[in-house]
Amino acid sequence: MAKLAIAIFLAISLVLFSRLSFSRESLTGRRILVLLDDLSIKSSHSIFFNSLRSRGFDLDFKLAEDKSLSLQRYSQYLYDGLVLFSPSVERFGGALDLGAVLDFVDSGHNLIIAADSSASDLIKSVATECGVDFDEDPSAMVIDHNSYAVSETEGDHTLIAADDFIESDAILGKNKIEAPILFEGIGHSLNAGSSLVVKVLSASPSAYSANPSSKLSNPPSLTGPALSLVSVVQARNNARIMISGSLSMFSNRFFRSGVQKAGTSAKYKKSGNEQFVTELSKWVFHERGHLKAVNVRHQKVGETDEPAVYRIKDDLDFSVEIYEWSGKSWEPYVADDVQVQFYMMSPYVLNTLSTDQKGLYHTSFKVPDVYGVFQFKIEYHKLGYTSLSLSKQIPVRPFRHNEYERFITTAFPYYGASFTTMAGFFIFSFIFLYHK
Amino acid sequence: MSTAGPEGANGATTLRNAFGGVLSFFILLLIGVLAFSIRLFSVIKYESVIHEFDPYFNYRVTQFLTKQGIYEFWNWFDDRTWYPLGRVIGGTVYPGLTLTAGTMWWILNSLNIPLSVETVCVFTAPIFSAFASWATYLLTKEAKGVGAGLTAAALLAMVPSYISRSVAGSYDNEAVAIFALIFTFYLYIKTLNTGSLFYATLNALAYFYMVCSWGGYTFIINLIPMHVLLCILTGRYSSRLYIAYAPLVVLGTLLAALVPVVGFNAVMTSEHFASFLVFIIIHVVALVYYIKGILTPRMFKAAVTLVVSVGLVVCCAVVAVLVALVASSPTKGWSGRSLSLLDPTYASKYIPIIASVSEHQPPTWPSYFMDINILAFLVPAGIIACFLPLSDASSFVVLYIVTSVYFSGVMVRLMLVLAPAACIISGIALSEAFTVFTRSIKFQLPGLSLGSQVESGDVTSSVAVAQNSSTAVARNDVAKAEKAQEASKTRPSKKNKKKEKDIVEKESVTPHSDRRHLILPMEASVISIFLLVLLGAFYVIHCVWAAAEAYSAPSIVLTSQSPDGGLHVFDDFREAYAWLRHNTDVDDKVASWWDYGYQTTAMANRTVIVDNNTWNNTHIATVGTAMSSPEKAAWEIFNSLDVKYILVVFGGLVGYPSDDINKFLWMVRIGGGVFPHIKEPDYLRDGQYRIDSQATPTMLNCLMYKLSYYRFVETDGQGFDRVRRTEIGKKHFKLSYFEEVFTTHHWMVRIYKLKPPKNRIRGKTKKLKSKGSSKRSVAGKRNPWN
Repeated sequence: MAKLAIAIFLAISLVLFSRLSFSRESLTGRRILVLLDDLSIKSSHSIFFNSLRSRGFDLDFKLAEDKSLSLQRYSQYLYDGLVLFSPSVERFGGALDLGAVLDFVDSGHNLIIAADSSASDLIKSVATECGVDFDEDPSAMVIDHNSYAVSETEGDHTLIAADDFIESDAILGKNKIEAPILFEGIGHSLNAGSSLVVKVLSASPSAYSANPSSKLSNPPSLTGPALSLVSVVQARNNARIMISGSLSMFSNRFFRSGVQKAGTSAKYKKSGNEQFVTELSKWVFHERGHLKAVNVRHQKVGETDEPAVYRIKDDLDFSVEIYEWSGKSWEPYVADDVQVQFYMMSPYVLNTLSTDQKGLYHTSFKVPDVYGVFQFKIEYHKLGYTSLSLSKQIPVRPFRHNEYERFITTAFPYYGASFTTMAGFFIFSFIFLYHK
Repeated sequence: MSTAGPEGANGATTLRNAFGGVLSFFILLLIGVLAFSIRLFSVIKYESVIHEFDPYFNYRVTQFLTKQGIYEFWNWFDDRTWYPLGRVIGGTVYPGLTLTAGTMWWILNSLNIPLSVETVCVFTAPIFSAFASWATYLLTKEAKGVGAGLTAAALLAMVPSYISRSVAGSYDNEAVAIFALIFTFYLYIKTLNTGSLFYATLNALAYFYMVCSWGGYTFIINLIPMHVLLCILTGRYSSRLYIAYAPLVVLGTLLAALVPVVGFNAVMTSEHFASFLVFIIIHVVALVYYIKGILTPRMFKAAVTLVVSVGLVVCCAVVAVLVALVASSPTKGWSGRSLSLLDPTYASKYIPIIASVSEHQPPTWPSYFMDINILAFLVPAGIIACFLPLSDASSFVVLYIVTSVYFSGVMVRLMLVLAPAACIISGIALSEAFTVFTRSIKFQLPGLSLGSQVESGDVTSSVAVAQNSSTAVARNDVAKAEKAQEASKTRPSKKNKKKEKDIVEKESVTPHSDRRHLILPMEASVISIFLLVLLGAFYVIHCVWAAAEAYSAPSIVLTSQSPDGGLHVFDDFREAYAWLRHNTDVDDKVASWWDYGYQTTAMANRTVIVDNNTWNNTHIATVGTAMSSPEKAAWEIFNSLDVKYILVVFGGLVGYPSDDINKFLWMVRIGGGVFPHIKEPDYLRDGQYRIDSQATPTMLNCLMYKLSYYRFVETDGQGFDRVRRTEIGKKHFKLSYFEEVFTTHHWMVRIYKLKPPKNRIRGKTKKLKSKGSSKRSVAGKRNPWN
């Protein structure tokens, strides 16, 4: 009986614990499940894992085929993030499958997928569901005869030195990555119709995806600009996914090795991989670029209480506070491009909010001369940041019967006319009746 | 007629008058009780609920009024309908009904009778139908005497056409408006008969109440000018006519303009022009009569030639300006509903939204027999009776019936205006017939004390005793004889009036002496009376049947008789609205076809996109377009309107014919009227509307089809639609942008939710066959029915 009670207590506390770990405010105890093809990766990629640990994550290493795999217990997710370093797995063990991974993402959790030339259909289909299509040719790799990484052996130019990054401080951090990235693996293309997926590391225009060991008979399907090496996805619920065609990009070997891009003289002692992967993982796990908007307030100018309804032509103040998560605390978010709409089927007012540099954004405007049910709408979608879309409904009513002007100057002739008519009629009746 | 009867006869007459007065008072009381109680079938058979669609809105408004008070009501901006436009209720609603019920509730509450607002609303219509029958009595009495009045009141108390709009729970504008209509007419006739300014003022006030209550007030403001014009043309102009008409136009228009919903329409729209035109004409005529009085005939003739030649030129100029002004407006200054009255084909040609309402369709012949029954046969007889003799009042009644017959032929809902006219005319007919027959019997029965008097030769007084109406006349005579002595002191104008009164009364009285020739054989009279009573009995039976069976269903609760005699209740509407009220967020928006808008706001308290107040055609067309579009386009339209739930009414399972699929073509038409990419022929196979396997792909893929028939095949395995009596065309399909959240017990109301946009966007590669994904789709399907 006591055992049972303890078990229940443990279960409850576990649930509570995992519940707590969802909130961004908790610094420690965020759990990440790392699925590996074999446990040697744990040591061969230890720098990357250690950087995660040092940022407060609990890593849970499991073999991808582990029979006890499960992302959730009692409908509660046990992990905040999932790292798939298991490119060759054909089937996950335990309760995990493609659907479970996607549900994990759809409930707002983050995912890192690393593939390589041995990538299985399963891994490819996870990527496809996220909007990224790996090259379907199983033997294809990314080859670049112009911007490969110079090494001792001539090789087949599958080890690429890529330095075509996306320009976004939010995704890659403020410090510019100087050294090129060493990349060896497969390429992918993006769904052009998807606005959610972003190319972070592009290949050079001369890169293509083909089998390095055989001669090219047909033109390669993926070339130059269409070829992406590392991409990120931010789903509509702000879950973040990083997809890389190279597992070895994360490895200690690549982290430490020097790099020289073919055709250039600059030699770097250390490749840009460590900085690139670390910064990107910070973004993926919401340590950067996560915004929240709180305290949406609006009131008539000069008042403090929020009214239930506005009248047309009222002057109003609107304010909202926006903060960004720095990994440790909420810092004021400063930007000059946050806009608010006063919206009823189409925006009647579109104002850029001014900020006080402390997170408070403010504007004031006049309610348009149209009544109806309006919304204050903020739709803030900026590359690398979680999208803010909030709306607050507020009706706008017409004038009350006693809010109109009582006497209109232009109507004085009419007033005069009616009163003189009345007086004239009175006099006329008086004379008509009593004059005789 | 100027001489009164002998002393004894005079005393007997007074006694008879008193007796008759008491008797008619009790008869009227009973008529009121009858009018009230015959309308209670709906409460007894079903329950005390508000019926149908519009009454729910009125009920909601009344609740608001009782809670917030009149000023808040006046300025009420309702943000829960017509999202996101909102509706200024205070300025777009006829407040008469609401204020009436609100006042009744307030009075009852201040008397410490704690009735709920709903109860007051439910019983407003029966109470006012009692008032209406009393008003009918007054009107007919003014036209043709007490007997006709009582008969007409009794007929009106139970005429099925009126019952259909005034059963308990039918809390609609017409409930009080018919009373107001009849009462306004009564006061007009009363003013016309007496020439009293007091009644003219009351008339304007009654007209004001009518304007407050119903848009049908335009009928009054056109019918009365027509009658005035008729009187002028037939040479019946008198100062009484002037007093009856001029104050009504001036005061009535001023008062009407005070009602927010009418406002400047009272002087701006063509519906009111007739009254102003006649107002001018009556002044011209009055002027002509005045000039005629002070000029010699020769000078008058010269003046007429002069004025006519000058006046004609001026008139032509004014008319040309008016025509140009009116022609410059697209609708020629008339509102759509009024235009469809003048040209019955107008609505079906140009305004599908008016044509789509079943009560705006022209009625069928059977509906006349259903709604006014034997009155249809009695009306011609009554019209003849009105011409014997033709007075101002009876000519008004004839004009009333003629115009209302025309209007009822245009729109089935205006049958309601015809019903009182038919009752009045039939009451006159029946009363006249009874008078003739009973008099014939009296003349031939030797045992009656009256016989000797008749023999003695004073025909008029005996007729006066026999017939109530002439009693009144006789009493008037007595009164007049007394007044005649005072007449010398009064001013000349009053004298003139009296003289005219004399003329009128002489006219109405002289034929009585002719009736001596109308004495029928005893047997014929007895049989005729028997037949008339039988006819009346059939009428009563029909009315009671109509009240009990045909017109008492509240339409939100349906019943059906099962073969073993049991009663099966379909309460799906309230089930669905209750689900919405309890399971959705307060600010969620519900889209449905506009028929269900009022009920959704009132019963589910959720915001709707469109409702039964069809003031914005574009907004309705948007919803119609969404319903006729394929799923994706529909999702986008609804999403842009912030809609969260969609409600469709589906009768295919239980055979409920007025469901959305049957209304669907109207959605297509109304939608296509604004958004031309929706084309009606796309939904018809060879001009036929069908939903079976022969239906067009557009039809089978439109949202309304999908939402109605989603999973329908699971009910019987075949998908047999009991309303359309056919198997549906597309049986197995999935919804990708909507999900079913609730379906009522008999599938009559189905509620769907818009799915949120996909969290991720897939890549282009074909979906790989993996067990995981198929498993997931099963798990992900949220189906409350499996």
